[in-house]
Amino acid sequence: MQVSRLQTSLLIGPGLGWLALLMVLPCALIFVLSFFERGIYGGIDYVYTLENFARAADPLYLGIFLKSGRIAGFAALIALFVAYPAAYAISRAPRAWQATLLFLAILPFWSNYLIRTYAWIVLLNREGLLNQGFKLLGYSGEPINMLYSESTVILGLVYNYLPFVILAIYSSISRLDPQLWEASEDLGASRLQTFRRIILPQTAPGIAAGLVFVFVLSIGNFVTPDLLGGGHVQMVGNLIYDQFLTARDWPFGAALSFVLISIMMALLFAQAVLTNRAQRGGNG
Amino acid sequence: MHNLLFRSYRGVIGAVLGLMLAFGSPQAHAADFVVSNWDGYMPADMMEQVKRATGYEGEVSFHATNEEIMGKLTASKGAGYDVVFVSSPFAEILNNLGLLAPMDPVKVPNLKNLYPEARKLAYDPGNRFSAPYAWGTTGLCYRSDLVSENIDSWNDLLQPSADLSGKITMLATERWLMAAGMLARGYSVNDTDKKHINEVRDLLIDAKRKLLAYDDATFYSKLVSGEAVLTHAWDGWCNYGIAENANIKFIVPKEGSDLWVDTMVVMGKSKNKDAAYAFVNFVLDPKNHAWVAENILYKVPNKAAMEAVGAELAKSFPNMGMTPGELMKMELMRDLGRGQKDYSRASTEIMSAQ
Repeated sequence: MQVSRLQTSLLIGPGLGWLALLMVLPCALIFVLSFFERGIYGGIDYVYTLENFARAADPLYLGIFLKSGRIAGFAALIALFVAYPAAYAISRAPRAWQATLLFLAILPFWSNYLIRTYAWIVLLNREGLLNQGFKLLGYSGEPINMLYSESTVILGLVYNYLPFVILAIYSSISRLDPQLWEASEDLGASRLQTFRRIILPQTAPGIAAGLVFVFVLSIGNFVTPDLLGGGHVQMVGNLIYDQFLTARDWPFGAALSFVLISIMMALLFAQAVLTNRAQRGGNG
Repeated sequence: MHNLLFRSYRGVIGAVLGLMLAFGSPQAHAADFVVSNWDGYMPADMMEQVKRATGYEGEVSFHATNEEIMGKLTASKGAGYDVVFVSSPFAEILNNLGLLAPMDPVKVPNLKNLYPEARKLAYDPGNRFSAPYAWGTTGLCYRSDLVSENIDSWNDLLQPSADLSGKITMLATERWLMAAGMLARGYSVNDTDKKHINEVRDLLIDAKRKLLAYDDATFYSKLVSGEAVLTHAWDGWCNYGIAENANIKFIVPKEGSDLWVDTMVVMGKSKNKDAAYAFVNFVLDPKNHAWVAENILYKVPNKAAMEAVGAELAKSFPNMGMTPGELMKMELMRDLGRGQKDYSRASTEIMSAQ
């Protein structure tokens, strides 16, 4: 069916307007704000300066960016390694089961993010369920500290974002033509070869989408490091939060936000290019 | 600045939304006056009470943090609100920015109910632009049944004995975080000397290695569960722990501590100052003001109200019995002005240290 130009603009209009108003405009405001000075009382002095960006490049803050990148990167990789087999298994399960299995995978989303995160505190704290369990099993030493470390933060991020990755990879695998499997096996490829040379490359867009999703959501996260890191782990999200809500240094907070947004945009762009290339490859 | 600040992450999310809204204009309203306060910091039916007593129809909006309402007020140049609850350094800033109306002693006669000490606080002697609403201090809140040593110093928190290591929490909000170190070293809580800031930063980085966690919001429940045994705490919040476990005790370390004051201010752009003053006056009425002490377990600077509450409350919650004289020995936390950047940097260095 041919869609007229008018119809196209009518269909795109609301979405584009939404993005412009609630996404592009606020980002532009943040960008502008980052070139001003903090007022002595915490407001904004409209004096042009580049100092905020110079400060953001200071080793102290750069270190926090790198650390956040490392944490988000680990979270994304671990989520991928857990999600891929799960998504693969779901897509190979009998059709009748797939919907139920997917439903179970996204079931955690039915509860609030904070509650899901607090649940880990209940499980892992010094007086928590796990330590109580160890005691029942005869462990008599000091309770084990399992909370408030970088690993707990990564655990929390992986746990919370895992369903996204499962969904992304599942949709990618389930779109594969089943004949590819058959053709590959008929031509004598082993199962491993089929996976490595046929399935994996074809599902790269799903992998990239899942990875970027977890990474982007993780690097800016401030709730999980705060709750599960117990303040020991400071990520760039916490740093930005502090600039706005305790230091009252909006311009510096804006500069940090802008750097973070740029990193996210670059990643999303790279992912879009990859997906695009893969699709064109698939069709052509 | 304020304890209620961290009541919930819902509040935090509210604060973030508030920041986004700060660029917008205040909403139009039909009420006689608009009050902004922390959620839960006054009776839920306050405006009905005020209406019955004064005839003025009021509207309440909530802010989760001082910073949030400051953002709104500076963006709107003080328009859109009539009475605002903020902590004292922020009241001082609003006054310096010229956004406040004078506190009119004729229209707010109940100012006379305040303790004499509360009428000459250093940030606003004579209550020229603010009326204090609640006050208190910061100290150590601990499980007396699980801590064998005598707790009486900031150094017990910062350089703990081996058996307390890993069972301690500290406040992460930078002013209080830094204050613990400043006080341990005998400096002022408002000290902006760079050498002192660096010295305290190093002290606090060492202390971090022996902490269970930084916790502004749930430290008292960590005490109740026994996950933590010694916490850096605001007096009012320690009371929430004491309410659940009588072995929890609060002390002010021997090196002293800070005095925090939450205040009410009337905005200069208020279109109905009579209603605003009538509201402040109503709050300062002893039986209305006593609500704060009885329900939130914060001390109020209102002599008549504290007398109405009686000594019973101080039996269960000893810090409720602190006298104004005792509070006056604490050091008022003031705005740091240009020194703020150095504090922020130091606190970031502490938070990101391994």
